[in-house]
Amino acid sequence: MYQKSILLCLFIFFSFVTQAQDCELTISGKVIDLHDNSPLFGAAVTLVGLNENAYTNKNGFYKIKGLCKGKIQLKVSHAFCEPKTESIYLKESLQINFKLEHHLEELNEVLLKGKLYNNKSNSFISSQIKSQKLEKFSGASLGDALKSISGVSSLNTGNSIVKPIIQGLHSSRVLVINDNVRLHDQQWGVDHAPNVDINTATNITVIKGASALKYGGDAIGGTIVIEPQKAPIKDTLMGKTILNSSSNGRGGSISTSLIKAKSSGLNYRFQGSLKRLGDLKAPDYQLTNTGQRENNISLGIGLNKIDYGIDFSYRLTNSEIGILRASHIGNARDLVNSINRQEPFFIEDFSYTIANPKQEVTHQIYKLETFKKIKTLGEFSLQYSFQQNNRLEFDIRRGSRGDKPSMDMDLKTHTLLAQLEWNSLESFDSNFGLEFNAQNNFANPNTGVRRLIPDYNMYTAGIFATTAYDISERWNLDAGVRYDFNSINADKFYVTSRWENLGYDRLFPEFEIGENGNQILTNPQFDYHTISATVGATYTFKNDFKLIGNLSSASRAPNPSELFSDGLHHSISSIELGDLQLKPEQSYKAGVGFQGRLKKLSFTIQPFINYIEDFIVLEPNGIETTIRGAFPVYEYRQTNARLYGLDVSANYSFDNFEFLSNFAYVNGRDVEQNEALINMPPFNISNVITYSKKEWNNFYVSLNSQLVTQQNEFPDTNFRTAIVNTTTGEFEEVEVDISSSPEAYHLLNFSSGIDFNLNKTKLSINVMINNVLNTKYRDYLNRLRFYADEVGTNAMLQLKLNY
Amino acid sequence: MKSMKTIKLLGLSLIAMLVFSACSDDDDAPQVINEEEVITTLNLFLTPEGGGEVLTFTYRDLDGDGSNPEISSSVLSANTTYTGRVEFLNELEDPAEDITIEVLEEADEHQVFYIVEDSLNANLAYTGALDDDGNPIGVEFRLSTVGASQGNFTVILIHEGDKNAPGASEGNLSDEVGGETDIEVTFNITIE
Repeated sequence: MYQKSILLCLFIFFSFVTQAQDCELTISGKVIDLHDNSPLFGAAVTLVGLNENAYTNKNGFYKIKGLCKGKIQLKVSHAFCEPKTESIYLKESLQINFKLEHHLEELNEVLLKGKLYNNKSNSFISSQIKSQKLEKFSGASLGDALKSISGVSSLNTGNSIVKPIIQGLHSSRVLVINDNVRLHDQQWGVDHAPNVDINTATNITVIKGASALKYGGDAIGGTIVIEPQKAPIKDTLMGKTILNSSSNGRGGSISTSLIKAKSSGLNYRFQGSLKRLGDLKAPDYQLTNTGQRENNISLGIGLNKIDYGIDFSYRLTNSEIGILRASHIGNARDLVNSINRQEPFFIEDFSYTIANPKQEVTHQIYKLETFKKIKTLGEFSLQYSFQQNNRLEFDIRRGSRGDKPSMDMDLKTHTLLAQLEWNSLESFDSNFGLEFNAQNNFANPNTGVRRLIPDYNMYTAGIFATTAYDISERWNLDAGVRYDFNSINADKFYVTSRWENLGYDRLFPEFEIGENGNQILTNPQFDYHTISATVGATYTFKNDFKLIGNLSSASRAPNPSELFSDGLHHSISSIELGDLQLKPEQSYKAGVGFQGRLKKLSFTIQPFINYIEDFIVLEPNGIETTIRGAFPVYEYRQTNARLYGLDVSANYSFDNFEFLSNFAYVNGRDVEQNEALINMPPFNISNVITYSKKEWNNFYVSLNSQLVTQQNEFPDTNFRTAIVNTTTGEFEEVEVDISSSPEAYHLLNFSSGIDFNLNKTKLSINVMINNVLNTKYRDYLNRLRFYADEVGTNAMLQLKLNY
Repeated sequence: MKSMKTIKLLGLSLIAMLVFSACSDDDDAPQVINEEEVITTLNLFLTPEGGGEVLTFTYRDLDGDGSNPEISSSVLSANTTYTGRVEFLNELEDPAEDITIEVLEEADEHQVFYIVEDSLNANLAYTGALDDDGNPIGVEFRLSTVGASQGNFTVILIHEGDKNAPGASEGNLSDEVGGETDIEVTFNITIE
């Protein structure tokens, strides 16, 4: 009886409770990001048809009280996400978690690994180019696209080999990260453009300085991070095709990408592009042998679950690039003649043929990556990549050897990267990692030309730790440190007399293995230890203005080209000699970023100062007379350098007009010799005015004015040599002016476009005309500036289909 | 758990690959490359017309682009006509390779120019075979000395120059000839 009454009581109590709570039910839960489980702040949870809603708090929680039993429809929405609706029959208080997915166009930014770019707690001084802008460069190169960022210029060899310069520094001082793989593509050579198909990128971030330690400790100039299109976690098929045609070069390109994704997280990705261009044209003449061909493909398959994933990708870029025929010269006398001639010697009719001199480069990347989220720890990821870079350079050769490359180098790199993103402490976001590289360079001996870079094996190991700490809503701090060990073991034949002239027989007798004719086989082995570190702070003002301060120190071991290079370069007719005694260079850089938005005006101001100890410079140091005549000899030297500069970008919009202005200034000096550093980008300013009207199918028309001033700060690298006067037979001492900078120039570029929606397909048509006025100019940062003008007007038509 | 297994497997295979790659192509001494196209030696042979000793002028640089050339010269006689011939050799090969043959095979792309300094009292004219376009190749020539004098005698081999440029067929190397220099050697010559 007693028991029964209890039961009854309980029954009554419960029924009372349920009765009483018929309109006292609550729904609560968490709204998280589908892709990385991060809580979404400010998501609205609405009861459709009822006037009830709630917003999620900082931790993603929401709660709606006072609900009645019955059928309800819940709608969850967030600024950057696709809204989600769910119908439920409410009987009791429920906890429902929602996973929201970002809009496709936002997806890439959100999905970026490590949240590098949106994470306000990092003090990286950076700039970004997004997909819409990148697409305009579909028919051009990575370097061309990057130039649209203030503070980024390019070092060109002709018009197709474009190498990015970040705040005055380039080549081995700039890391290129393509889809989380650091490119090892013989980046040391100034005439080696990064092997990246711009069409694979949806987002490019340029980090100015060495603060992105996870990618490497030697980014004395900066890091370029290229992110491909990521697959969403839903059932979809996305595709894009871009067709380009250009009048200058009479060719074009086609690029297609397809992504098939499933809600299970499985995805397949394909991207391919082809490019064909014939000889380019300067305003007054044809630039003979400047055609190019490119074939690129990338494939990927991945499984992306929320707490784990695995992904495989393969990328191939293959390009064949003609080098201006007139730039292949014999000796110093030819160089003087070419400079004085003002016009290339070889001018022929337009042709699609790519003859010698030319380069053919094939780069392949295989990547396997996997990640796993561990609740109490964070995300652990492991990535293995294998890269193979094959570089063939064809020269003008005698005796029908033209089909045989003068240089055939195969660079293979294995990389293993293990990382842990540790975020279990609330205000800390930390990253630990280990990186191992094994690299082998093999120079094919069948070229019949002595190796410019010898066979070598290089092993590197790196360890890093970075952390970002949120002190408050306004203050964020971050710091990181990285250690790298680099061991290089080369087998190199020196011409014995060269080995002795350089004094190596006394300095490095332990490297000598044996003589072979007039050459000596040596086995140089070097170990380098480098340390790099960064510390920075970010302050967010009440009006959302943001001030970033960052200090970084990077250290770079000399690259194989600086150590071993040994031979004749036909493009500047010089003998280049490496130096086995080089030490690593160490930079100390301070950068500031100030950015904000005031109604219609937004701006970014980025000043910096970079001090580099033991900066490695290459400069002419004497003349050597050979049977081919006289050549300047370029040797490496280490000095202390100081660079400072300012990058500014401002955007003002009113009504349908938008005005964008970018300018950059950099000043580099060799403080030991108190002279300017070579190849510093001159002050440049670019202004764009755009009129756009959404109602007219997103119509826009835009005019860009680009002013590049004359570089007045350059070192005097002129050399004097005696040249035979071919009329009198007498030797005359001449000064060969290879250091003067060309005059300032101003270019006008036009572009316009319109979109059409055809069912589910979007068609965009763009017309772009570069160098509208067919201005004749030369650029200080083009290594072939002695031989020919830059390209003239180029009209391009671009069709883009999104489906 | 499945994914953990995958990770383990992956790790193992990676280590295997790294070890494999580290062990391969190491320790093999690379093959020596003897520059194929290099011209180590230039010989000028001058034979006095009507008989006499053949005079030889040599520029030899066995280092390729090295820095220790050997130069040997002879003394010419005044008022003498010499039949001249130039020879290019690659003496790194054994036996020495005669590069003059390659030059003659690609006659339309090559021309040898001889620049006689004004102070040197001598005149030079091309002789010998012409290329398919009827232009001189310049491997053979005639040198007529006048009075005793001294001066530079420069030999230049031009590749892919404009052989039809004004004066080129007479041996005048003007800027219009252009092309690129494969050989440029100067002898200081005395005429007694």
